[in-house]
Amino acid sequence: MFARFFLMTTQLPGDALVSLNAVNKHYGQLHVLKDINLQVRKGEVVVVIGPSGSGKSTLCRAINRLETIDDGDIAIDGKQLPAEGKELARLRADVGMVFQSFNLFAHKTILENVTLGPIKVKGTAKAEADKEAMALLERVGVGHQAPKLPAQLSGGQQQRVAIARALAMKPKVMLFDEPTSALDPEMINEVLDVMIQLAKEGMTMIVVTHEMGFARKAADRVVFMADGQIVEDATPEEFFTNPQSSRAKDFLSKLLTH
Amino acid sequence: MDVIIESLPQYWDGFLRTLFLAAVSGIIALVVGTLLAAARVSPVAALRGFSMAYVEVVRNTPLTIAFFFAAVVLPRLGVTFQQFEVAAIIALSAYTSAFIAEAVRSGVNSVPVGQAEAARSIGMKFSQVLSLIILPQALRTVVPPLINILIALVKNSSVAGAFFVLELFGYGKQLANDHGDAVMWVLVGVAIFYLLITVPLGYLAHLVERKVAIAR
Repeated sequence: MFARFFLMTTQLPGDALVSLNAVNKHYGQLHVLKDINLQVRKGEVVVVIGPSGSGKSTLCRAINRLETIDDGDIAIDGKQLPAEGKELARLRADVGMVFQSFNLFAHKTILENVTLGPIKVKGTAKAEADKEAMALLERVGVGHQAPKLPAQLSGGQQQRVAIARALAMKPKVMLFDEPTSALDPEMINEVLDVMIQLAKEGMTMIVVTHEMGFARKAADRVVFMADGQIVEDATPEEFFTNPQSSRAKDFLSKLLTH
Repeated sequence: MDVIIESLPQYWDGFLRTLFLAAVSGIIALVVGTLLAAARVSPVAALRGFSMAYVEVVRNTPLTIAFFFAAVVLPRLGVTFQQFEVAAIIALSAYTSAFIAEAVRSGVNSVPVGQAEAARSIGMKFSQVLSLIILPQALRTVVPPLINILIALVKNSSVAGAFFVLELFGYGKQLANDHGDAVMWVLVGVAIFYLLITVPLGYLAHLVERKVAIAR
């Protein structure tokens, strides 16, 4: 919404950084992703919302192939997601991922959590990786925690470290899979603030969340999913004030009455 | 009791040889067992199959059979050794590695799947995920069972005494022959020297366990 104006002008229409075409996935009998088509342009912030079990987390995880898909294709910056192997690892390095349960490496310090990727995957020199990691940790407000182990930090702090860890790889796009759902209420905002800041700086983001405030504040588009399908794809303004489908109306009414 | 004091040089020599057998076999078994566990969780079906078959066969056959293979069958197949110690080390490490593989595998399974997902999502290859993230955490959780296996290895090394290797138990047999009137004390001596290795190992387990525990 903010830095987006100049970014939009430099992008050709239809120039998608993340592109999903006719993606289908089944868990046994359950059809979790039904013919998903989604294009995300560079610099865009797309918030995916929907009731639980609607397939939004699966969608997010399919984009860096933590979940396999049955058919259709997914491309990052024009490159098809390859099957397992070195190619896939290389592509994943370009896609940052933030998990609901943080998943910080439990046996590594906060600093090591952030430097491990650059050092081991990109071959960055340790001194340089340390410097960049410290800058990132300062940026998300946990610089002074660098020598501690993950278990010594609060959930909100851990999640901010997880964001720094993903950013250290200088990803083209960031995926957030319900980043605040496992947090105590008073810690949600410290994580959302970091995410809003990222959005302002022009990071391409796909965010699965229940935080409607974040969607209103930072999203360019809201994608509403239900029963494995994308039911609506609209600006936050349109979606929250004038939802088209009865499914979305129902979902929103439930949110507002509580 | 005098026989123990009198035979201290033999006991000491046997003790050192047992220690040597157990240490060398233990190190080999730790490495091989960890590799077997890694193969067991690898994406390559052939490696998984090999690891599973190896563990199932070796873990479920008596150690004496492993010794026979190493000391009798291998030489017939053209693999000859200068000393029976080598055969003993082969048998002990092959046998123990199957147990270590199972312990490490259970440790791997105890590492939350999110750890591997996070590692993969920053672009690590399978080998890096395993060696940098999963195994370091898995090995810490399996320190107590690993030490149990190593204690068993120390005691299992006594089978070597029956295959012409003069270690603690081998000397025990010899001393028992020489001192037919004090067999009980000879064996008490043997037991004491085994305890000298195994009891400290148990304490070591306790120490290491507290030192490397990871909070989640």
